[in-house]
Amino acid sequence: MIWNEKIECASREEIEELQLERLQDVVKRAYENVPYYRKRFDEEGVKPKDIKTLDDIKKLPLTTKDDLRAAYPFGMFAVPHREIVEVHTSSGTTGKPTVSGYTREDIQIWSEVMARGLTMFGLTEDDIIQNTHGYGLFTGGFGVHYGAQNIGATVIPISTGQTRRQIEIMKDFGTTVLIFTPSYGLYLAEVAEEEGLTKEDLKLKSIGFGAEMWTEEMRQEIQNRFNAPAYNIYGLTEIIGPGVALECSEQDGLHVMEDHFYPEIIDSQTLEVLPEGEKGELVLTTLTRQGMPIIRFRTKDVTCLRNGTCACGRTHVKMDRITGRTDDMLKIRGVAVFPSQIEKALLKMDGIEPHYQIIVTRPHHLDELEVQVETSPKLFSDEVKELVGIKKKIENYIQNEIGLRVDVTLVEPKTLPRSEGKAVRVIDKRELS
Amino acid sequence: MKIKQLSIFLENKKGRMRNALEVLAEAGFNIRALSIADTSDFGILRLIVPEPDAAKKVLEENNFVVKVGYVIAVEMSDQPGGLSSILGMLDDSDINLDYLYAFVDEKEERAIVLLHPEDIDAGLEALEKGGATIIPSEDVYNW
Repeated sequence: MIWNEKIECASREEIEELQLERLQDVVKRAYENVPYYRKRFDEEGVKPKDIKTLDDIKKLPLTTKDDLRAAYPFGMFAVPHREIVEVHTSSGTTGKPTVSGYTREDIQIWSEVMARGLTMFGLTEDDIIQNTHGYGLFTGGFGVHYGAQNIGATVIPISTGQTRRQIEIMKDFGTTVLIFTPSYGLYLAEVAEEEGLTKEDLKLKSIGFGAEMWTEEMRQEIQNRFNAPAYNIYGLTEIIGPGVALECSEQDGLHVMEDHFYPEIIDSQTLEVLPEGEKGELVLTTLTRQGMPIIRFRTKDVTCLRNGTCACGRTHVKMDRITGRTDDMLKIRGVAVFPSQIEKALLKMDGIEPHYQIIVTRPHHLDELEVQVETSPKLFSDEVKELVGIKKKIENYIQNEIGLRVDVTLVEPKTLPRSEGKAVRVIDKRELS
Repeated sequence: MKIKQLSIFLENKKGRMRNALEVLAEAGFNIRALSIADTSDFGILRLIVPEPDAAKKVLEENNFVVKVGYVIAVEMSDQPGGLSSILGMLDDSDINLDYLYAFVDEKEERAIVLLHPEDIDAGLEALEKGGATIIPSEDVYNW
């Protein structure tokens, strides 16, 4: 099944023609309505009329998350306030969050791209979709919701958590499509097993999962545990939310919704655009968004693009699943964590040495975070209970900062590796790529 | 009389305690008494050595985190109930004990307990009042 065959299976020429027309339009709208873009374009000496071919996109400046943050809250909006019908934000873990504003038309676009993706997963109006993505400022819940309602499926908007209830509902309501983050999915599977639910009790037809990095082994595990195929969902608040790219039945990369989002891959060092098939940082331009047009946004996600007609019949370019980041952001249990946040928490503790190391593991499908901290004379107490108290205090500070439980280990001074130049703060043992 | 004690932070890992002891051995410090408190993550090694301040310096030069604290050395009668009568003196004065460790002084043929009450001065006072035999630091260092 293909939701919008006309566009999803259009020829390369048709797609590019549409993209150019829309790119010219969005550049013009951004230049005329967003002071930030006018300033940046002027600095670069580029005018909307200079965009004569798709290749001319290279002339446009890149937009970073910092640019969006500087515009907090509404500085990137291109329409008057009354036209914005919904806002979402990123988690704001690195300072001010970035705000995304949607007009009524933008919500329709969102619901269209998600409907296409959910159709790739086999969702129809006869299905019951259990959406464990959180509803709220996070875009996950609503993105899936709009898409599923557009198709006409029955939505169970349960959000994350209440795990035993999830299992009960899955069984009693006969859920046919499940949406989760991979690690929550595996947790759900464990609880389902505890509750005595077998694969045969489930009526699942497919699973949509995203918002986290994963390995093919994890997908296999999910599919095996739930006895249903699992498909990748990609998106980000800054661009629209989930729906930027989704995986078809081939399970071989995600189709980018090219008529709405223009993808490029750049070398994150030289910022040069890389040819098709080369791995680099994904850069996205919204082609149709009204409320908040975004030009050449650096996602920091590492992937590559592959052209050609897919075995599923779709012609939109495919991107590989994300295998890395170009900055030091960690995704831990779906939450964005930067080493700088942990450092900030440690600095609140009097007597802490600036030497620490973050170790991420995934022992039983769930991410575990350990922070090793070197002890100092000031921190050290002769009393076991006091030292345990200090450890707990550091754990609490970090938890308050990042919102995740961590395990702090006190280590002897000078035992953490020192390096010339940039310190190695993070050891990620999850083997995701 | 209070006796200086060294406390050393150790990770609960193979070879860590030996590292600390080797540093002291190489610098010629003879250990008079020792105890270790351990948790799953870390341990605290407590030592009595003749020149505690010098020993601390050597350990710190070798990147150990060290604290100097105080304990009280009390002679115990080497017969059933010896230790409990000493603990009774602290208990009667409502003084909590953080930890203790004991050993035998072979030269004098006596048993000694090192005590660390929560309030060390109050503990000392209670023991003196109870008639315990408190051993001065010179004696401890010169065993």
